[in-house]
Amino acid sequence: MLLKARAFSYARPNTIAEALDLFAAADGDATYIAGGQSLVPTLALRLQAPQTLIDIAHISELRGIALDGGWLRIGALTRHCETLADPLIAQHAPLFHDAAPYVAHPAIRNKGTLGGSIALADPASEFPAMALAMGAELEIVGRDGARRVPADDYFIDLFQTAIEPGELLTAIHVPIVRPTHRWAFDELARRRGDYAIVGCGILADMQSTRIEDIRIVFFGVGNTPVRATTAEQCLIGKQLDQAVVHVTQAALADDLAPPDDEHTPAAMRVHLARVLLGRLLGRIAGAA
Amino acid sequence: MSEQITINLTVNGEDVSQSAPARETLADFLRTRLQLTGTHMGCEMGVCGACLVLVDGRVVHSCLMFAAQASGSVVETIEGLSERAAVADIQEAFHQRNALQCGFCTPGMLMTAQALLSQPGVPSRDEIRDALSGNYCRCTGYEAIVDAIESVARARAATANGRQVEEVAG
Repeated sequence: MLLKARAFSYARPNTIAEALDLFAAADGDATYIAGGQSLVPTLALRLQAPQTLIDIAHISELRGIALDGGWLRIGALTRHCETLADPLIAQHAPLFHDAAPYVAHPAIRNKGTLGGSIALADPASEFPAMALAMGAELEIVGRDGARRVPADDYFIDLFQTAIEPGELLTAIHVPIVRPTHRWAFDELARRRGDYAIVGCGILADMQSTRIEDIRIVFFGVGNTPVRATTAEQCLIGKQLDQAVVHVTQAALADDLAPPDDEHTPAAMRVHLARVLLGRLLGRIAGAA
Repeated sequence: MSEQITINLTVNGEDVSQSAPARETLADFLRTRLQLTGTHMGCEMGVCGACLVLVDGRVVHSCLMFAAQASGSVVETIEGLSERAAVADIQEAFHQRNALQCGFCTPGMLMTAQALLSQPGVPSRDEIRDALSGNYCRCTGYEAIVDAIESVARARAATANGRQVEEVAG
C-alpha cells in the first residue's frame, strides 16, 4: 500500500499575520499544519489535497501557558505531552490533564497539539469534549481581528466549528477551577489508546454535597461533543445520592442519540454512557 | 515557497542538506535519500510504530511528518542509537528473550523502550504495555518484548543504585 500526499508547496511563517496572508494568497486552496498527527494521514489518503501547506508550528505567538485573571490561557501549539505534564494545566484546567493520558499513544502525544485537536473537532476526541465540559472559550484570529467563541457555540457539526476558512485557532481560554469544583473524566475503549466507544467529562460546582451547577459532556456519541443538558437539570440543586443518579442515568435517553455502527449498536452506546455517568458521579460524590 | 525545498537537519550527529519534494515524509527522506533503512514503513498512518525516530529528543512517527517540517531539527534514527550503543542492553535483552522473530517492528520497539527507560523509576509491566500500545508486533505476542524491557529496566536501576552506593562510599 502506498499512501502519498499530492504535491504541495510548503510555507513556514513566523507570525500569525504572515500565516493569514499566506492563506489568503493561496485563494483558499491551503491548509494549516501544526502537529499534523491527524492531518498527515488525511493528506496521505488524499481526503484533502491542498495546493499549499502552511506550517504554523514555528509561530511563537501560538505557544505559552499563562494565568490571565480568572482564566488559564493555553497556546494552541501546546503539545499533548505538555498538556499532560504542565503544572498550571493540572491545577487550573484539570480535565485536560486527566484526559491527556487517554489521547492516542506516547509518540502521537509528542507531536499532536491541543489547538490542532480542538480545531479538527473530531467528535471521538477527548480534548474538544473537555473544552466544552470546562466551559472554555476559543480564541480565533482572522484578517479582520481576533474573537473569543464560547465552547457552547463553537462545535457546529461533524468536523465543523466556528472557525471560518483561513482563520486560526490561536489559544484556548479555560475558566480556572475553584475550591468548590469537583471533576471527573473517564472513557470506555477496547484497548488503551484506541478511540473510546464512549467517554465523558464532568465539572460540578458543589456546595458541600449539593450540586449548584454541573456540566456533563460526552464524546464518541454523535457528530460533535454532546452536553447532556437533561441529565444536568436532573442534578442541579440536588444531593448526589443513588436515587438521583438513577434518574440522571435514565434521562440520558433524551440527551444522546448516537448512530448505529457495525461494532456498536446505538442502544449499547447509550447503555455504556449510563454506566460511565454512574461511575463518574460516584467519584464526584466520593470526593465531596 | 515551492514544491521542491532544501531540507537542512542533523541526522545521527551529521549535518544533512538535501533538496526534496515538500510532500516527502521524513520516513521516505531517511530511507531513500540517506539510506537509513532501519526506520521501517508499515502502515504509513501512525498506527504501527515501525517508523519511530527521535526528533529534537522526542519519539515521533516519521511517517506522520514531512521532511520539510523537520528542517532545522536534530533527528536520531535507530542506526544512531545503535552506533552509540545507547540501546545495546535492550538489543541484548531482546536477543536473549527471543523478543523478535521477523524483526520488522523491532526498531520501533527499541525506540519506544529507550524513551520509556529514559524516564526515572522502574516501569511496571502495565506501564510497559501502555508505552507499547502504539507499536504493533505480528509475530511474538508481546509477552517476550515486555519481559525484555522489564529486565533492562531492572538492570539499569540496579546499576544506577550501585553507582550511588559507590559515590556514598567513595
